[in-house]
Amino acid sequence: MFGYYLDLALLSLKRNRVLTALMVLAIAVGIGASMTTLTVMHLLSGDPLPGRSAHLFYPQVDASPAGFTRHGPLDMLDYRSAMDLWSAHRADRQALIVNSQIKVRAPDANLPPLMVNMLSTTSDFFPMFDVPFAYGSGWTPSDDESRARVAIISSDLNDKMFGGTDSVGKTLRLKDSDVRIVGVLAPWRPSPLFYDVRGGRFANGDTADFYGKPEDVLTPVSTGLEINAGNFWQFTCWHAPEKPGYLENAGCVWVALWVQLDDAAKVAVYRGFLDHYAQEQKALGRFASTQTRLPSLTQWLDLNGVVPADVKLQTGLAFAFLAICLFNTIGLLLAKFLRRGGEIGVRRALGASRRAIFAQCLVEAGLIGLLGGIGGWLLTLGGLWLVRRQPVAYADLAHLDLGMFAATFAAAIAVSLLAGGLPALRASSIAPALQLKTL
Amino acid sequence: MQIQPIFAALRKHKLAAMLIALEIAFACAVLCNACFMIASRLSMMGIDSGVDESALATMQLTGYDASKAADVDARALTALRAIPGVQDVALLNSIPFGARRGTAGITTDAGGQHFGGVIEFYVGGPGSFEALGLQLESGRGPQTDDYRAFTGLMPGDASIQITQALAEHLWPGANPLGKEIWMEKFHYRVVGVIRTLVRPDPPGWPAAQRDWCVFVPALPGPYLTGSYLLRAAPQDLPRVMRDASVAIGKALPDVVIDRQASRTLGDLRDNVFRNDRAMAGLLVGVIVALLGVTALGIVGLASFWVAQRRKQIGIRRALGATRGDILRYFQTENFLIVTFGAMLGVALAIGINLMLMRFFEMPQLPLWYLPVGVLVLWALGQLAVLSPALRAAKVPPVVATRSV
Repeated sequence: MFGYYLDLALLSLKRNRVLTALMVLAIAVGIGASMTTLTVMHLLSGDPLPGRSAHLFYPQVDASPAGFTRHGPLDMLDYRSAMDLWSAHRADRQALIVNSQIKVRAPDANLPPLMVNMLSTTSDFFPMFDVPFAYGSGWTPSDDESRARVAIISSDLNDKMFGGTDSVGKTLRLKDSDVRIVGVLAPWRPSPLFYDVRGGRFANGDTADFYGKPEDVLTPVSTGLEINAGNFWQFTCWHAPEKPGYLENAGCVWVALWVQLDDAAKVAVYRGFLDHYAQEQKALGRFASTQTRLPSLTQWLDLNGVVPADVKLQTGLAFAFLAICLFNTIGLLLAKFLRRGGEIGVRRALGASRRAIFAQCLVEAGLIGLLGGIGGWLLTLGGLWLVRRQPVAYADLAHLDLGMFAATFAAAIAVSLLAGGLPALRASSIAPALQLKTL
Repeated sequence: MQIQPIFAALRKHKLAAMLIALEIAFACAVLCNACFMIASRLSMMGIDSGVDESALATMQLTGYDASKAADVDARALTALRAIPGVQDVALLNSIPFGARRGTAGITTDAGGQHFGGVIEFYVGGPGSFEALGLQLESGRGPQTDDYRAFTGLMPGDASIQITQALAEHLWPGANPLGKEIWMEKFHYRVVGVIRTLVRPDPPGWPAAQRDWCVFVPALPGPYLTGSYLLRAAPQDLPRVMRDASVAIGKALPDVVIDRQASRTLGDLRDNVFRNDRAMAGLLVGVIVALLGVTALGIVGLASFWVAQRRKQIGIRRALGATRGDILRYFQTENFLIVTFGAMLGVALAIGINLMLMRFFEMPQLPLWYLPVGVLVLWALGQLAVLSPALRAAKVPPVVATRSV
């Protein structure tokens, strides 16, 4: 019976080609637009470290004078608080984060000097964030202590300076110091670049830059502070620094700390430690407030509203558009089926059951949905290609993964069933007698 | 024209009519809000920078120590001034639509109690005020002895020029000349008012704050270095920029030219608004597609109804209805459906706008967008239904005598 219904559906669709094309196109465009934006949304709002993010936390204390902040502790830490918290070693793992820009040259490579972003961190960074290495490995805790002249470079920089070969052991000139390369990262692209997320509340929804690439050069904090002295910039200050660029003793926040706490009990203990630290500092007169916060990685991303407002707007717009296309197709199919009331009445009078009529109409509607779904899938691929050509930091991330591939097809089928189900139901409930009377 | 029979007929096609009405409601809501978003993005993109953009460009140098600033600046200025066609080269810390180096909160009292907002300090060396082409409204521009050396992040004490908008915000209705602002212990006295000067990053600020800027005259030093403003005739600028990179490469082989930031102000402006331009383009695309789909939906549905009612139309014609009557019947029917849909759409548009205001800090939708949106949909509906309605009007009365 299915084959026969398919023939009938094809005949009926061929009878009015323009209209058929219109319905298919409406579904295709609706699905294409909504699945493109949904894929981007899915990529940008996903968990950057699945399985680990629940154990990562961002401790915050407040060293600013009374009245300086109105919305809880500042987004970063001052140098002294960060070093105090880090050197207490109360967490399972912990990594300091200091960002700066530095001039890089490779004595072996004949290239003009480059300015790159440098991340100064501590040895736990690599196991804690599951950072993949192409060559070599992270530095050791003793390198953190001894200001060792070591560095790790990104695969991008390795390609640029050393042609992608194993550059472990080679020398890199950072500003005026030579450092030894101990590791080269494999391509690594957490989305968002979670450990650098901060200040999202002040970005007015323009947060696309949270999805940039990781830094090209990584050094121990102690090393970084020494070789790039005078080039560190604040997140914010309550006193203008005496010597701009030198922030260790300034009234500025510019250092971040991430900690890994493996179970709830440890989280509670760490919270207690933070509170105790803030109270102790207040007693010493260094803090004005004892407020602390310990958001988890996902809470921190939510707090910063990392998904750009434009992406959310586009998703909303695409779904409104899909709704319009859907209403359109349902309305047209309904009118089409009801116009065939006479035919349906005859079939019913000759003994066809409601189910048979419903099945016949659904085959026709499903065919339109299927064609629209395939078109929508192609349009989604095209849409993502367009997104990749946009000048935004997350452009290179826009690909259809397996999950979204399946979701696109599921959406296409759901839309076609929705578009076809209602008209088919309505057509199958036509009373045969009434239709036959008018014949 | 009697409306009663139209309602009776529509009642038989409740579901289809309702679906088209819903489609129109969504279209109306999206149309109003999308147009409003386009308008606000366009008005931002058209912002008046207050400077001679077409004649200006910037070179940004990095990768040297602050202790070498004097030497680097001397060599860079010599090299840039030697390029044929360059009219002016001056140091300027922040660049309109480019580098942002002077964003700070100010107070209007020495005690730091009266917060005046977060503004942009354009710290400029000799010649930069004139090179920018800023227009004075009152007071005076910077004079030679206003330019002083400084050692901190910014000059600690200076006579400054302030934009009209910022002056009006800080001292509403008062004459700003002679007034003072503080940034912590740093202290500035207003000696001139400029018409306007845009921030380096206007998209990041609310519309009213995009030109809260001051011009601070200063002499080059460790914290005013490496950021140059070039002025040349607009047609010479692209060549001047190419020559400038070569000249800097020769004069200062060891510094790094920030190529992303070293561009003409026109290019920088395009770059700052690229996301807004893309979004506005996308919205226009969505509106066109939306209206197209809606119109075709109306055509399709009306065509079906006309075909379905051929016999009834024939009977009406045989009973004396004119072609005009039939035409008007379908037009009125469409008018009723669109009106119903548009009323829903107006409510939906307001709802969506309230949500946008809450979650995206969008301003309130001006109410006149709503009647305009309804008018557009009425016109669209009438245009779309015209062809099927004309076909209906052509049905001859003789159809009434035939069976199907």
